[in-house]
Amino acid sequence: MSAIKAKHQRLVLLVIALVALVGAGLLAAWALRNQAAYFYVPSDLVARPPEPGRAVRLGGMVEKGSIRRAADGVTIDFVVGDGKARVPVRFTGITPDLFVEGSGVVAEGRMEGPTFVADNLLAKHDEKYVPREMKDMTASQAKQVVAETK
Amino acid sequence: MIAELGLAVLWMAAALAVLQLVSGILALRPEGRQIAGLVRPVAVMQGVLVAAAFAALITLFLTTDLSVKLVAENSHSMKPFIFKLAGTWGNHEGSMLLWVTIMAVAGGFVALVEKRLPENTLIATLAGQAFVSLGFYAFLLLSSNPFERLAEPAPEGAGLNPLLQDVGLAFHPPTLYVGYVGLSIAFSFAIGALVTRDVGPAFARAMRPWVLGAWIFLTLGITAGSYWAYYTLGWGGWWFWDPVENASLMPWLAATALLHSCSVLASRNALKAWTVMLGVIAFSMSMVGTFLVRSGILTSVHAFAVDPERGSFILALLAIYIGGALTLFALRASTVTEGARFSFVSREAALVFNNVMLCGILGIVLVGTLYPLLTEAMGVKVSVGPPYFNPVSAVFAIPMMLVMGVGPLLRWRQDSFEGKRGGRITLPVGLCALLSAAVLFGVELMAPRIGLLPALGLAIAAGLAPASFLPLRGRNLRRTPLSIWGMVLGHFGIAVALFGMASESAFSTERLAAMRPGDVRQVGPYTVKLEGIGPVAGPNWTALEATVSASYEGAAPAILHPQARTFSNPPGNRTESALKTRWNGQLYAVLGEEGEDGRWQMRFWWKPFVPMIWYGGALIALGGLLALLGRVAADVRRLVATGKIAYRRSRKAALGARP
Repeated sequence: MSAIKAKHQRLVLLVIALVALVGAGLLAAWALRNQAAYFYVPSDLVARPPEPGRAVRLGGMVEKGSIRRAADGVTIDFVVGDGKARVPVRFTGITPDLFVEGSGVVAEGRMEGPTFVADNLLAKHDEKYVPREMKDMTASQAKQVVAETK
Repeated sequence: MIAELGLAVLWMAAALAVLQLVSGILALRPEGRQIAGLVRPVAVMQGVLVAAAFAALITLFLTTDLSVKLVAENSHSMKPFIFKLAGTWGNHEGSMLLWVTIMAVAGGFVALVEKRLPENTLIATLAGQAFVSLGFYAFLLLSSNPFERLAEPAPEGAGLNPLLQDVGLAFHPPTLYVGYVGLSIAFSFAIGALVTRDVGPAFARAMRPWVLGAWIFLTLGITAGSYWAYYTLGWGGWWFWDPVENASLMPWLAATALLHSCSVLASRNALKAWTVMLGVIAFSMSMVGTFLVRSGILTSVHAFAVDPERGSFILALLAIYIGGALTLFALRASTVTEGARFSFVSREAALVFNNVMLCGILGIVLVGTLYPLLTEAMGVKVSVGPPYFNPVSAVFAIPMMLVMGVGPLLRWRQDSFEGKRGGRITLPVGLCALLSAAVLFGVELMAPRIGLLPALGLAIAAGLAPASFLPLRGRNLRRTPLSIWGMVLGHFGIAVALFGMASESAFSTERLAAMRPGDVRQVGPYTVKLEGIGPVAGPNWTALEATVSASYEGAAPAILHPQARTFSNPPGNRTESALKTRWNGQLYAVLGEEGEDGRWQMRFWWKPFVPMIWYGGALIALGGLLALLGRVAADVRRLVATGKIAYRRSRKAALGARP
């Protein structure tokens, strides 16, 4: 293979770079359509449920008196609600420190049958760290939920 | 008094930045030659003044001056010394002052020591640096004054976020910041070179040590941040593709590409416009990262305060600097002369491949990080995590690492895989590839349930580790330049880290259990026993502490103490995981809460070879350090030599002048 002409070299490099970047962009767009986890509040989740097994996030209030601990000591069942709908959630693991009844939570996981199985729970950490979805929720829907549950 | 002094000094420094910019622009005109001498001293002085302002803020935090708003909001008189110090930059205003300080000190340092660049390019560079700093001065002085006083001194401070009260984290932000802001030097160099149209090997050689320095700090910062997330979050993971992690990864990817294209420009005078472009992109990524983190538009532990005004300010800065630099690039790129030619099989071509792949990964990470913002603007909330980032970035990372095994062995300009010369490359590389294939085959045979990515990772790491030492073949090891050693170590570090990552995701075992004192569980090769649980206290926290004895395959047990800490100022909780490190892996223990029946939730992981991830990161940084030392030593030798020659000439001239 001989060295290409100088005039063409810049062009070839430019084309390679563009092809790679466009390729990366298309790949990203395609993967994001399939892999991004959508955020649901309970009423959305009930109204138009995601396909089973698809990774999604569920945000809402942990209903008062709903936390049940299973016999193995590490699995809990609870209900997340937004005042309009209620979704049963199961989580196996160590709950975050600020995970309490009547407080907001974002659960990452998937629907399995009627139950939302969570891999991870995000609770309000402190005043300066609130999951973004929960911040909006506490502004709009959560007020009445808190009023109802307290 | 100290607060007012600090603010005054900061204003003076901002004024000097204006002077540096104006005199720099004037000095580039033919009629402004006389003031060219002004630019360097002004840059040095600006650095000194900002450093003084930062020292003032540190003093305020160390003495816990509660009449200063920032101290009252972020510190506490009872905090340990180290966290009072770390509190200085553990908040929005302080961290922006740190940003400006590093920027100005780096600029001053360039003004002081940089002797290789043509004077005009250097002046344009310093003017560019002043231009960039000015935006951040404005941000600091107009919307986030760190020295603001309270009308009434607060009785006591509010304290520091418990998550941030960790020794590792105390030095994590400054390390990353040196890296982020160090890249501003590359940005300014790129602008300076575009302004004077002087892009060549001298420019690349002058820029390289600065990029290397910033890159070393970025590497260390990312490695340390990953380890911090690993042991303080208590989730057992070491990388979460959190926006903040991505914000530090993106400048690193761009800087890594820049580093490699710099070496093409320095050695072969090729990839000119490309290198300048990467210089612009690298610092732009630092600013994008800061914008994402500081504006609070993305959720993160690092988003100190959500303030739309600040977000729009940084967004405006971003638009001005990135937009301005790209416009300048568009106007001047065509006047940058053509680079030297090279063939498809050459070291340049391998480095171009490396650059394109790194930019591909950068694009993937950038799109994935911004995607939630994009969809939210359209009213849909999504989050993007490992299922996207891992496989999609691997599409680019895997070919890059394959080429990494061969690239350093190729000659500049033109090489061949045929004939005698080709055999010297293809034979050892073929052996390494064979090793990779054998490992892949072995993994698939022995543990078919391992995912494709971890299996490929193990295989590539096995081949890349020996391949990274091949550039030393046939060299006299004592005479091998430090920069070659640096490259070898850096590439070896990639293989080591990759091995750690692949092994962690392939072979980790987890055990989650509710245990009473005396209960025994098995996790991987370890037998763990909960001995008991009791209270302990620290300077500003109390904790429940579990005593766990862990025996590796029946050997004498080691004792671990995972804790659940409760902080008082401000109130908060944090799990403190306990680690037991062996040469072949780590046992990770977390204490959860007590159930109604008196059993305690415990979570254990056995993670084979996981420390390799951070050893690898440290090796990469060490490689960078060796390369930097090698470059700087060579520069110093050259300076000394030219000094001696000049001295001899002047002696000769003096002797010749005597009759």
